[in-house]
Amino acid sequence: MSNEVKVIVLRAAGTNCDEETAFAFRAFGAAVDLVHINRLFQKEFSLKDYHILAIPGGFTYGDDIMSGRILANELRLKLGKDIKEFIDDGKLIIGICNGFQVLVRSGILPGAVAGAGDAFRQTVTLTNNDSGKFEDRWVYLKVNDKSVWTQGVKGIIYIPIAHAEGKFVPENKDTLKGLNDNQQIAFQYCKSDGGDAVYPENPNGSIDHIAGICDPTGRVLGLMPHPERHFHFTQHPFWTRIEEKKEFGEGAKIFENGIKYIKKMLKK
Amino acid sequence: MIWRIEIKEKAGSVDAFAEGVAKDILDLGIISVKDVKVVQVYNIEGDISEDDVHCISEQLLTDKITQEYFYSHQAYPGFDKKDVRIVEIAYNPGVMEPVEASTLKGISDLGIEGAHAVRTAKQYHFTGDIADQELKTIIDKALSNKLIQHVVKEGSDASKDIETLASAKENKEVHVLQIDLLNANDQKLKKISQEGQLFLNVDEMKSIKAHFKKLDRNPTDCELETIAQTWSEHCYHKTFRGDIEYQCKEEDGEIKKSIVRNLLKSTIVKATEKLDKPWCVSVFHDNAGVVKFDNDTNICFKVETHNHPSALEPFGGANTGIGGVIRDILGTGLGAKPVCNTDIFCFAQPDYPFYKLPAGALHPKRVMKGVVSGVRDYGNKMGIPTVNGAIVFDEHFVGNPLVYCGTVGLIPKGMEKKQVYPGDLVVVAGGKTGRDGIHGATFSSGELTSDSEVVSSGAVQIGDPIQEKKVLDVLLQARDQNLYSAITDCGAGGLSSAVGEMGQLTGARVDLDKVPLKYKGLSYMEIWISESQERMVMSVPPKNIKKLLEIFNIEDVEATVIGEFTDSERLELFYESKQVCCLDMAFLHDGVPKITKKARWAFPTIKNPQIKCPINLNDKLLDVMSHYNVCSKEWVIRQYDHEVQGGSVIKPLSGKGCDGPSDASVIRPKLESDKGIAVSNGINILYGKIDPFWMAASCIDEAIRQIVAVGGDLKQIALLDNFCWGNPDKADRLGGLVRCAQGCYKAATSYGTPFISGKDSLYNEYAEGKKSIAIPGTILISAMGIVNDVNKCVTMDLKKGGNLIYVIGQTHHELGGSIYFDTHGELGDGVPKVNFKKGLETFQAVSRVVKKGLAESAHDCSEGGIAAALAEMAFSGGLGVTASLKKVPYKGKDKRNDFILFSESNSRFIVEVSPKNQKKFEKAMNGISYGLLGKTEETPEFVVYGLDDNVCLNLYLDDIKTAWKEPLKW
Repeated sequence: MSNEVKVIVLRAAGTNCDEETAFAFRAFGAAVDLVHINRLFQKEFSLKDYHILAIPGGFTYGDDIMSGRILANELRLKLGKDIKEFIDDGKLIIGICNGFQVLVRSGILPGAVAGAGDAFRQTVTLTNNDSGKFEDRWVYLKVNDKSVWTQGVKGIIYIPIAHAEGKFVPENKDTLKGLNDNQQIAFQYCKSDGGDAVYPENPNGSIDHIAGICDPTGRVLGLMPHPERHFHFTQHPFWTRIEEKKEFGEGAKIFENGIKYIKKMLKK
Repeated sequence: MIWRIEIKEKAGSVDAFAEGVAKDILDLGIISVKDVKVVQVYNIEGDISEDDVHCISEQLLTDKITQEYFYSHQAYPGFDKKDVRIVEIAYNPGVMEPVEASTLKGISDLGIEGAHAVRTAKQYHFTGDIADQELKTIIDKALSNKLIQHVVKEGSDASKDIETLASAKENKEVHVLQIDLLNANDQKLKKISQEGQLFLNVDEMKSIKAHFKKLDRNPTDCELETIAQTWSEHCYHKTFRGDIEYQCKEEDGEIKKSIVRNLLKSTIVKATEKLDKPWCVSVFHDNAGVVKFDNDTNICFKVETHNHPSALEPFGGANTGIGGVIRDILGTGLGAKPVCNTDIFCFAQPDYPFYKLPAGALHPKRVMKGVVSGVRDYGNKMGIPTVNGAIVFDEHFVGNPLVYCGTVGLIPKGMEKKQVYPGDLVVVAGGKTGRDGIHGATFSSGELTSDSEVVSSGAVQIGDPIQEKKVLDVLLQARDQNLYSAITDCGAGGLSSAVGEMGQLTGARVDLDKVPLKYKGLSYMEIWISESQERMVMSVPPKNIKKLLEIFNIEDVEATVIGEFTDSERLELFYESKQVCCLDMAFLHDGVPKITKKARWAFPTIKNPQIKCPINLNDKLLDVMSHYNVCSKEWVIRQYDHEVQGGSVIKPLSGKGCDGPSDASVIRPKLESDKGIAVSNGINILYGKIDPFWMAASCIDEAIRQIVAVGGDLKQIALLDNFCWGNPDKADRLGGLVRCAQGCYKAATSYGTPFISGKDSLYNEYAEGKKSIAIPGTILISAMGIVNDVNKCVTMDLKKGGNLIYVIGQTHHELGGSIYFDTHGELGDGVPKVNFKKGLETFQAVSRVVKKGLAESAHDCSEGGIAAALAEMAFSGGLGVTASLKKVPYKGKDKRNDFILFSESNSRFIVEVSPKNQKKFEKAMNGISYGLLGKTEETPEFVVYGLDDNVCLNLYLDDIKTAWKEPLKW
């Protein structure tokens, strides 16, 4: 295999943030394929050929029944073995918004935490926002830089959410404790100065303001906010007020981290 | 066997949906309901075991962290516990909710193969001492719409619903019905048209009779329907294409008469022809107008209306409205990729008294909530950002709201052309065909009445955005491999319209029995005219068909060959090998008898109100800011995903708190490029009540202003016209329409901004008994401009304390139709006019300073005048203002503080300039009317000195902002 970082952006009926997610990876030099899940089932494409699996935002299967459920079942039941191998091979997975919902409902996240042995058992959920409606708004996030994806992302970042089902709820206190103990809470909603969030800073009522988590390895990440929507500086909602113009927005680093990690891995 | 599975939230979980229902009930004025719980019901029919049901409940239907489930064989528990009233609402047979198909797929993913059908329902548990009448009101006004839903009766059997559909018989026997026109006199012809809901007039019926007399036979039912649908106002635009005897009584009393031949060609199209812009690539002959974007890409834009369906079923109407305009874009040229949406609505005020509601009309607040949800659902699920919009309130929209949905698309250069060749296959792709929306095209060509909800229920449906997203995904792949030669959408009129249009110059034959159906039992005619959503029709060369079907199949999109294009110049339809229609294409498309309508215009006599100018205008400003037409629409905007696709540059909400009202929105449609598209709209019905000519000119001026303010290129702004009017058969309504179209011509030619596409929706009246409520004649102007470098865009929020604030453009005594007068309950005379020469110079000057980076912020001055614009800039930037009215360039009588502040003269801007750029800025403004209004302040106070140097406005920013945000903060 060459030194090229290969990313598969998974598509299914109703996926819709695939192109901008692919753009973000490509901007840092990755070779990206947008692949419909049926083509994986038919073995035209294989997860084995990729280093990073990205499950982008959207409304897969209309979020009918509940968000991400149908795609989650497909992953769990039809591609479970491949995904387990993918993770065991030291590769990376990122799920954004609907992709996060899919990872959570399939049990891929948070993965084997304290008190939960089976990697593919759902132990946390993302349920209806307390506001009862879909909302598109920008949020401040406190970042834990222990994950591969968040390394070097310091302090607080500003990126948008756009969802109706993003309220993070763990199964029980032990689950939450496990996430804390294992440093699996990657992003938490906060005020602009880092203070404790209330609505709308915590836009959905998430327990402990959790906006994103990773698995115990730090290589599988899921988050409700959209880092690809703060990739260009001009996506910032008040970029015209900021005097020092920048090349990238505050979500770009996450994609860069993924690529860097794989490049390092390939060199070894 | 039927299994019933009930899902409900666990104790302790927040049920946000139930809370929303509780709020809606309170809105109805019912306070007896103490608690609401909602249970989701799935009725699953099939050969499945209890273990299967357990697995389905556990792994598919329930979120175990927050929900619990129960299952049973019982169809309906059907009892009211003490103090708990239970109501269950289900969809009517034939109304398909997308979740049902998804559930079937989900079950099969689990490896369970025996499920045949799924029907869903919602059960509501209300606690409290609730009177029967109250419960009925809740059911009718908050929970259900009887056009698509019903209350599940106690003891009724859910299996019936499923069985009705599953057991419907196939309609194999074909009795081709002949309609006897040849022996019908005029009265009989009229009756045939009425009874068949054809909406054809006697002249048209007579032309059809004459045509078939030549053929020496009667038309079949299918032929007559096809003609009615092709000739409908909705599809053929008879009013705009016909002759109009126009009589205009000028302001000086002189009466001028003229004949307008083809209103569309003599105003809208004529403007475009006269301007002859090289960047107009394809205008007026396709689904959408196409203009140049960059060297290898073009962009197209279309705005549609979906008023009548939205009046009857707001969610479904708006839902399918946006679905329809997106398909217009998919069917432009060889198919464009949608990159943003714009949505504009007109409703009656949300606090409209219930007792005044006309019979059969839904309350405007319910209409608004439903319409917003419909747009949210479809737009968000399609992954198209809704970046721009407007909402206008006027009591005349009760019973007949307006719902405009627009989409911009991106298409590779050269792909705007399409041509059908004889021998190409007719392929229908996407959704299956059901009994949905029968008579939609003809239904929208008549007035709404209080019976419409009964008679036209077939015209109402709900959409399936994921189906359309799937179609979009595969279509663009097939397009890029050149697999089809032409494409169009299935919109109003269904296959009849799509195939009829595509085969107009060649001919087509279709085997109707090959069309995939949602359920059995449809007649050949229902298949032909059904308006089931999410369908596209392609012409595919036979050599490409295998490849095309492969692409569609792999992503689970149904595509079916249903016939072929021929060289017969006839439309030939077969069902079970029997011919059911054979129509001459030329007659079908050109046989409409030319009609002559009468139009009359006279200027209304409106007196200017006698209003005293208060010394302090604080309350007046707050009244204007909290006017429904001015106030914040954030509650709506946030429910739309306005950032998907990653190209957002200027969002609909701007400023320090992300809540200020932006002018045009800007997107970067190609993520790797710095080139952008600016989208804006202009709409103002109050001006139209005084003079539709100046309404049109003002709307065009406003739409351009917004694009100029953000930094769009003035040299390439394309316009869309969208007329919504009352019954054009009434001379007074049509007179206003003619005048409006003339205003469009004048403004477009003067500003060098061609129309590239448009739409008209007529017969927007609500008839109750003998009384008919016409909507105020409304024009929506949508504009699309190019931004050469998005990094240079300017927003409307004040940026920094100590900067200078200028007003650009002349203020006149033009308060007719202003928000200020409206807050006094007055219309007033003196509608804002446009000085096109000065207006253009102003636009050029503002474009120059924005381009040179001399404008820190810029905002278009529109409803609410200088006062509203300045206040919006201040609270959006979180910066105070000290201003004086003395230097505002003002012309006309009654120079007073309130008139200067609230006049709505056109072609004006407020611009913030850094003191270091003052000289450069003023030099760039040479020859333009402008005045130094004041300066920005770090303190949060809004202070304006009047003509006499005394303070006339002194408010805290927060108080203005609160007044502006409060009215629609739901």
